[in-house]
Amino acid sequence: MAAEQGKTVDLSVAMILDPVPAADWLVIAPVALPLIFGAVLLMLRHRTATQPRVAIAALAALFAVDLGLLIHVWTGGPVVMTMGRWLPPFGISFVADMLGATLVVTAGLVALVCGIFSIGTVNDIGRRYGFYAFMMLMVAGVNGSFLTGDIFNLYVWFEVFLISSFGLIILGSGRRQIDGATKYAILNLVATTLFLIATGYLYGIFGTLNMADIARKAPELRETAPLMTLATLYLVAFGMKAAAFPLNFWLPASYHTPRIVVAALFAGLLTKVGIYALLRTLVMLFPPERSVLSGLIIWLAIGTMLIGIFGALAQNDIRRVLGFVVVSGIGSMLAGIGLGSEVGLAGAIVYAVHSMLVMTALYLLAGQMRRAGGSYSLSDLAGLYRSHPMMAAIALFLVLAAAGLPPGSGLWPKVMLVQASLADGIWWLALAILVTGLLTTLALGRVFVLAFWRVKEAAERTGSEIATTASAQTAVLILCIPVAVMGVWPEPFIAAAQTAVAGLLDPATYAGAVFPVEAVQ
Amino acid sequence: METAFSALVGIFFAVAVYLLLSKHIIRILLGAAILSNAVNLLIFTAGRLTREVPPIIPAHLYMPDEATANPLPQALVLTAIVISFSLFAFLLVLTYRAYQELGTDDTEEMRVAEPADDAMPPMGY
Amino acid sequence: MRTLIFRTMAPYLTSLMVLFSVFVLLRGHNEPGGGFIGGLIAASAFAIYGIACGVSPVRRALYFHPMGISGFGLLIASLAGAMSIFSGVPFMTGLWAEVSVLGVTVDLSTPLVFDIGVYLVVLGSLTSIALALEEREED
Repeated sequence: MAAEQGKTVDLSVAMILDPVPAADWLVIAPVALPLIFGAVLLMLRHRTATQPRVAIAALAALFAVDLGLLIHVWTGGPVVMTMGRWLPPFGISFVADMLGATLVVTAGLVALVCGIFSIGTVNDIGRRYGFYAFMMLMVAGVNGSFLTGDIFNLYVWFEVFLISSFGLIILGSGRRQIDGATKYAILNLVATTLFLIATGYLYGIFGTLNMADIARKAPELRETAPLMTLATLYLVAFGMKAAAFPLNFWLPASYHTPRIVVAALFAGLLTKVGIYALLRTLVMLFPPERSVLSGLIIWLAIGTMLIGIFGALAQNDIRRVLGFVVVSGIGSMLAGIGLGSEVGLAGAIVYAVHSMLVMTALYLLAGQMRRAGGSYSLSDLAGLYRSHPMMAAIALFLVLAAAGLPPGSGLWPKVMLVQASLADGIWWLALAILVTGLLTTLALGRVFVLAFWRVKEAAERTGSEIATTASAQTAVLILCIPVAVMGVWPEPFIAAAQTAVAGLLDPATYAGAVFPVEAVQ
Repeated sequence: METAFSALVGIFFAVAVYLLLSKHIIRILLGAAILSNAVNLLIFTAGRLTREVPPIIPAHLYMPDEATANPLPQALVLTAIVISFSLFAFLLVLTYRAYQELGTDDTEEMRVAEPADDAMPPMGY
Repeated sequence: MRTLIFRTMAPYLTSLMVLFSVFVLLRGHNEPGGGFIGGLIAASAFAIYGIACGVSPVRRALYFHPMGISGFGLLIASLAGAMSIFSGVPFMTGLWAEVSVLGVTVDLSTPLVFDIGVYLVVLGSLTSIALALEEREED
């Protein structure tokens, strides 16, 4: 606008004038695509039959785009796009590094599978109240969180997926749902407000919100500025989002109340965004502060692991068992962050990917068990092995994977975390991880034994069994594939996690991608 | 100026935390509303307070010709207000529904999702 | 609340407020105003109409479901951002076109489309929340 009038204004000091390669759009597409389709689905409110087709086509396209982004990042390093042509740090940058790209791909797969599962399980009422639209908007928010390079923008994406998750959790408005949603909503609101408080202080100290810029400026400011306060505030805020002990109580209070596919989506995506944000802030932006906090984080991790799994052992409802197992898994990821070594962090990232896949699969499987057995309660479920042998095989495989036993994917991240804690001489953490593994085997193994192996009398039938649908079975099977691949061939996953950790520990590549001009100088 | 505002933010936080610790949902909501306002004031103060002109560039210029107020905290606060406002509106509807469905706004009595007398899992095979 | 005076005045008040909200929306292009505040004014207009005449007349007057309106707003806002893919500039870059209508040059731009999108999102979502609250008041 300005240059056309012939005034002597040098736009290059404020704007990016180079044309943007088409491939860079891959970094914004995982956010823009679900936003656009979420909007379309909101408008298709009454076309309940069309909705799943549009949603699944969009999710499949999204997954393809995510894969493209991952390949692009794997071969060419971090991809950056800065909004509105303004030079960073003034424009908001979207940065896809290995960590973001890996998590975006996993989230894309989880969302696609939940979309397929929902075909036969979400009824017209759920569709009319916007199940698919909210799901798309939530995926947009989660992807935005993984890809943004601006810390205030991260807050905005947190709110985007939080608001969409409110829409999902009250879908149907049952009494239990409203009770669970109230606790979920208020505690998450407080957590994001804490995040915003920390961001306000951060802006006051740094005068910038661009993460690459913060990473560059932190070493100079460390002498004078209270960065320790910032790091602790972020730990509390994201720890609450991730459901870390002692701020975990909202999760088991709410995750068993919504529809099972919504719970599966939440278990797969939401808490992991908290872990991602912890990795981004504590490991990339404030590493010295993280090492001061590491003792605390390790004890929080042990608390989360053990409280989670003891909680799981005391539950009768499968969904509540799984809710506590999700909490326990967060403990393992926190352990990696607390250790802070390369192996430990890589273990945490591999665990995050594993947990996203396996916990979603387990929730979806619980939905299948409810349909086949007529109940979520362990006291009522029985004899599923005889009626559904295929489901029993999948269940056994997923239980082993979640407990960290071969041939599933859970073994490798646990091995890495135990190795890392022994290398640092923190044997009690290694012990806690192993004990948690044993107790997870007990908790989930008991679910398997009671629901599948226990003999069921014909008279005990509850009468509320519903036939399982083919789409739902396909969905669970699709999720089993990456779990199995990760179990028998973990090398590419570990390599990706190691690249991601290298990028986190040395943010020079990340900062160089955002500020290319200065990297050349 | 900043000192006075910091003290004010502190008072806001204290009030908000006090209300959040209540067991009645409606007080918790008021606490959350005050908390979000406290944060907005905090961001505003963090962007430094100056008595300058508004950050609007006159039509015939490309750059403001005098020092202007920092526009970024204003944009951040505006975003935060929008978000906290919509969340507050949602929470109001939700608690109203909760009050209708559950007949209480006392969190200690809100045990529908987690009943106190929940059965233990079977102890034997 | 439903006094005769209020019931008679509400439709006029509502139409005036909606008109004003469009004015604020368009004014926001270069001066204080914009899509968000415009949307708020429009949503409060419909809320007033709802208080005075009940929820179902508002739903009839809106014709489309409020969430559908907000979906449409979100769609055009995100498409306005994505338009820049055709010009080889990053997402959300403002693109401008000068259109001459009856001898008057009008600046059209993607930020304007984005702002209209924001207006519709705010209008739709807040109206649906307000109507949800008002509906419950009746029973």
